[in-house]
Amino acid sequence: MQIPLSWYLIVAAALFCIGLYGALSRRNAVGVLMGVELMLNSVNINLLAFWRQVEAASGTLAGQVFAIIVITVAAAEAAVGLALIISVYRSRKSVDVEDIDLMKL
Amino acid sequence: MSLLQIVFIVLSAITLIGALGVVTNRNLFRCALFLVLSFVGVAGLYVLLEAEFLAVVQILVYVGAISILIIFAIMLSQRLMSPEFRASNEQWIWALVAAVALFAILAFILLRVSWPTISAPAPENAISALGQALVSPNQYLLVFEVASVLLVVALIGAVIIARER
Repeated sequence: MQIPLSWYLIVAAALFCIGLYGALSRRNAVGVLMGVELMLNSVNINLLAFWRQVEAASGTLAGQVFAIIVITVAAAEAAVGLALIISVYRSRKSVDVEDIDLMKL
Repeated sequence: MSLLQIVFIVLSAITLIGALGVVTNRNLFRCALFLVLSFVGVAGLYVLLEAEFLAVVQILVYVGAISILIIFAIMLSQRLMSPEFRASNEQWIWALVAAVALFAILAFILLRVSWPTISAPAPENAISALGQALVSPNQYLLVFEVASVLLVVALIGAVIIARER
């Protein structure tokens, strides 16, 4: 085992925190969505690192299947999220998350 | 330091520099291009983890589909492309504090725990085993079917939401 597991976990944690900062600080809805995609990627790195270094010895593949499901959900989330952004832009001429307050009292 | 570790550091640097470009760049289109860079770095990390199928899926789905979708959304809403839009909101300093604090806590914990890793070679013909696991009834067939239903629902939902009425 040449690369320690903690290296992967540190990189994934850094990627998650960068994505978190992007999702929290962007004004633009597309920017928020990009931050969420980064966070989902970091989760996948974690899943595969644990699969390779803990689970692979037993020959099962749950880690890889988990990662595939996460990618599927991320694709569905991106499709629906971007459709929502297009729809909001069409009705309000803005994708600024602070302008989208239709449901506030 | 072995060659693999150097490759790991280079790939991690590509991933993290791309991610930093995504969250700091003011031009949203350049953000999307940095996102592609970050996804390619993650695919390289998957290759290092000997999950070749996932690496190819990462390139196909993220680089090939999701980034293109994001670039389409950026170009369809033209005001995004104007240079004077403000990139971050008023709470960005608190977001930065929260992200750095979370990373500090995570790194502190991750470096203290001794992980019970098992040194074993990667399973041979993992790709065909994965394909069989996904469609065999006593393994992940149900998950596979639920994922396909989810994709159909997302497809129909996206078409209905984005449709001009």
